[in-house]
Amino acid sequence: MSDVTGTGDEVVIHLNHVGKHYVRGGEIVPVLADIHFDILRGDFLALMGPSGSGKSTLLNLIAGLDQPSSGQVIIDGVDIGELDDTALADWRAANIGFIFQFYNLMPVLSALENVELPLQLTNLPARERRERALTALELVGLGDRVKHYPSELSGGQLQRVAIARAIVSDPTLLVADEPTGDLDRKSGEEVLALMQRLNETLGKTIIMVTHDQKAADAAHAVRHLEKGELSALVINQR
Amino acid sequence: MKRVPLSYIWRNLATRKLTTVFTAGGMALVVFVFTAVLMLEAGLRSTLVDTGRTDNVMVIRAASETEIQSVLDLTQSAIVSTQPHIARDESGRELLSKESVVLISLTKKGGGPANVSIRGTHEISLSLRPQVKLVEGRMFRPGSSEIVVGRSIRDGFEGVALGQSLRFARRDWQVVGIFDAGKTGFNSELWGDAEQMMQSFRRTAYSSILFQLDSASAFDAVKKSLQDDRRLTVEVKRENQFYADQSKVMAGFISILGMTLSIIFSIGAIIGAMITMYAAVASRTAEIGTLRAIGFRRGNILVAFLIESLLLSLCGGLAGLLAASAMQLVSVSTMNWQTFSELAFSFTLTPRIVVTSLAFSLFMGFLGGVLPAWRAARLKIVDALRSN
Amino acid sequence: MLALILRCALRNPLRHRLRTTLTVAGIVVAILAFGLLRTVVSAWYAGADAASDKRLITRNAISLAFSMPLAYAERIRGVEGVTGVSWANWFGGIYIDARNFFPQSAVDAETYFSLYPEFVLPEEQLTAFRRDRRGAVAGAKLAARYGWKVGDVIPIKGTIYPGNYEFVLRGIYHGARSSTDENQFLFQWEFLNERIKQLSMARVNQIGVFLVGIDEPSHAAAVSKRIDETFRNSLAETLTETEKAFQLSFVAMTGTIVNAIQLVSYVIILIIMAVMANTMAMSARERTREYATLKALGFRGWVVASLIYAESMAIALVAGGIGIAATGPAARFVGSKLDAIFPIFNVSPGTIQQQWAAALVIGITSALIPARRAVRVKIIDGLRQVL
Repeated sequence: MSDVTGTGDEVVIHLNHVGKHYVRGGEIVPVLADIHFDILRGDFLALMGPSGSGKSTLLNLIAGLDQPSSGQVIIDGVDIGELDDTALADWRAANIGFIFQFYNLMPVLSALENVELPLQLTNLPARERRERALTALELVGLGDRVKHYPSELSGGQLQRVAIARAIVSDPTLLVADEPTGDLDRKSGEEVLALMQRLNETLGKTIIMVTHDQKAADAAHAVRHLEKGELSALVINQR
Repeated sequence: MKRVPLSYIWRNLATRKLTTVFTAGGMALVVFVFTAVLMLEAGLRSTLVDTGRTDNVMVIRAASETEIQSVLDLTQSAIVSTQPHIARDESGRELLSKESVVLISLTKKGGGPANVSIRGTHEISLSLRPQVKLVEGRMFRPGSSEIVVGRSIRDGFEGVALGQSLRFARRDWQVVGIFDAGKTGFNSELWGDAEQMMQSFRRTAYSSILFQLDSASAFDAVKKSLQDDRRLTVEVKRENQFYADQSKVMAGFISILGMTLSIIFSIGAIIGAMITMYAAVASRTAEIGTLRAIGFRRGNILVAFLIESLLLSLCGGLAGLLAASAMQLVSVSTMNWQTFSELAFSFTLTPRIVVTSLAFSLFMGFLGGVLPAWRAARLKIVDALRSN
Repeated sequence: MLALILRCALRNPLRHRLRTTLTVAGIVVAILAFGLLRTVVSAWYAGADAASDKRLITRNAISLAFSMPLAYAERIRGVEGVTGVSWANWFGGIYIDARNFFPQSAVDAETYFSLYPEFVLPEEQLTAFRRDRRGAVAGAKLAARYGWKVGDVIPIKGTIYPGNYEFVLRGIYHGARSSTDENQFLFQWEFLNERIKQLSMARVNQIGVFLVGIDEPSHAAAVSKRIDETFRNSLAETLTETEKAFQLSFVAMTGTIVNAIQLVSYVIILIIMAVMANTMAMSARERTREYATLKALGFRGWVVASLIYAESMAIALVAGGIGIAATGPAARFVGSKLDAIFPIFNVSPGTIQQQWAAALVIGITSALIPARRAVRVKIIDGLRQVL
């Protein structure tokens, strides 16, 4: 079943009967049961569900941070379950941009150096790395804070730096885990607006896990996860 | 009075296993060195104290300090031998021995030379020195080229086992017996017939005279009469005092070196404990705030962290003590700087050392933990709860 | 990438100033103590290191406690390969108080200084020494310790050779090299012999050790053998060895203590390794989420490991450098206090090399376990860590 959600109709993520379970203390703990759907290029999808529903696990599978127990996760035609750890690391560097709830910036690096980080994995010369990082920071509205360290920035600013880091290497997907979870209402709104802009103007595909109904409303479509099972797609009215 | 439960303190240590192991490990090493040095000193002291009895009198030439340097010619020796107050054994023999002590060079097992004391003495020596017991073979025959060997020499040197023959002073000397003198310095000697030795080494004078007093209180009188006698230039000491004086320099050196090292090492261990405890406080700030909010006082918090530090150092201390006690199996043999002769002694663990070492480790734990515990106690509840 | 790793390595220690300061302090103390202990060990061997390879020592084969007749000197001089002979008797007296220990020897005034060119003595002092029967020469360090000046009367009480002796200081020698012993007190053997005649005729004309100069260092073994052959089966058989071997035998006799000190110097490094490993383990654990993030972004395991190793090495090498810099002044201080026991107390280049090596080892081993852990932690577990 393929869902038409928005912009194009090119499938970028194909989840093929994906299941995931953990073994804890000798017992099998099921987390995801037969997840089967597609995400198209340019989608902005929110995943919601109570805690323990498996939404973060699903995000981790899509982001290449974990492997499915059954089924395949196929992204841009690549079955990432076939990749070993080293190949997976390289794949993530090229294809995924991360946005974490607690930003996960390096405290000893300035905003600019933090944004430059993903580019260290490429062959670009230093000057070009710096230029791209500056561009990304300007895009998120922090062109005047490039030399600041994380301890000198507010929560909203930190998340925007993190977003700049996520887009600087032009990845296939942006993966966001509770991006507004640590922010006050105003900063949260700013961040969500930025994400929408990235999706609409730059055509970025975004998968977002969230508790926050306001965040879910900012996306194009929402899916609910309950006890490892996916509900039907709900398209947001605009 | 509310007290922070011990199980809370103990489990915190158990959770961070790697950190606990490293910190306690550092402490253990320090306590090991500290204890080993104390044990070495005690071993040296017990070797000296047991070497010699209070009722035996040692006479050497004045200002000689050691038997090797001392020379008592035949005339002086005769005068000393005719003193009153010399005890006799059951068969009526005088308990007196005129002895000649020299150094010979032997090869250690494993290579390397060492100077070993060889004592020209008489059969009566065994009665004069009851700490010495023949354990293998027999005593040398008077007038023969036979020798008996102390156990430490037999264990540590080449060519001195029972039945073997040593060559020196152009003669072959047969080893006919092995004696065990316990922890005393005699274990590091070879004994032979005094007249034969003196002939071989072409000596015409004795080194020292040892005799037993018929009553222990006679010492002062004997000392005065011998030292006042114009015909003699001698020094008179109780036998055990004589041997104790001989190793003063060694004992002093071990003591100073040991203490210096322990202080330096303890600085390292205390720093380790401080780092660990500061980190413990920092990572448990929220917990501290919670405990305070519940109603525990600042004092309780201080004590809790202090106890944690003390427990850590106690664990390390016990481990170090255990390792050090294994050193009792090791024996040390080295040249005594004052006598230039080989001296063997071992590590001795006494209850006092055990207590001192544990106290030292607790002291280190206290110093390492007091400042971090103070910091923990001074946290404001509100700030502590607000920290992530 | 390298620049990034270095940048992090230098900045990360500053996040916990107190912890870093304590760790650095610990390493400085350890490296300093290590350096001083090693210097004590090399001071022990200083005599052997300074030994001339063109001098042999001949002594009584039984032990140093026995002497040889003076007549041997001529016969030794006649042995092939020998260029010069002198002699010395260990005096071992007491200067005022038994605590004032320094080596005292009665030497042959005519020949001794030619055989010891490293004892530099002005011509006129040497002549004055030779002319005065009661004359004595002292090393510069020794003279400085007691404030002696040329012309002073030095009273010494004999123990091996009993009696009160008064010497007149006729010269002060300086060492040609920094490794030369300037702690010796030398006086005329003839003077001692005269006094012995009054004590006991049996001990007259007896020598403690003969000093033998040879033509070529490579001939040492052969000449030693020849000398000993000359006196085999005589009343006082001899043992001749190179000066270095002779000095080393003394070290060997107190070998246990030297070995113990060497062992202890390694123990202190072990102790500080435990402390440093603890610091790195704590720091690394606190940054689990950062390392997981890097891995999520696509950085390979070796990058994370390198960050930890680089930080550990940075702390260790900086602290090591400070400790090494402090060793020189510390050794000078300790050396001045111990110069009676150790006349030479210099920090050798070998010791400094070992100190750097120790700092390197500390840096590397402390990072082993934390680095392995950080690499092994699964990304999703690491990201979950709550600080």
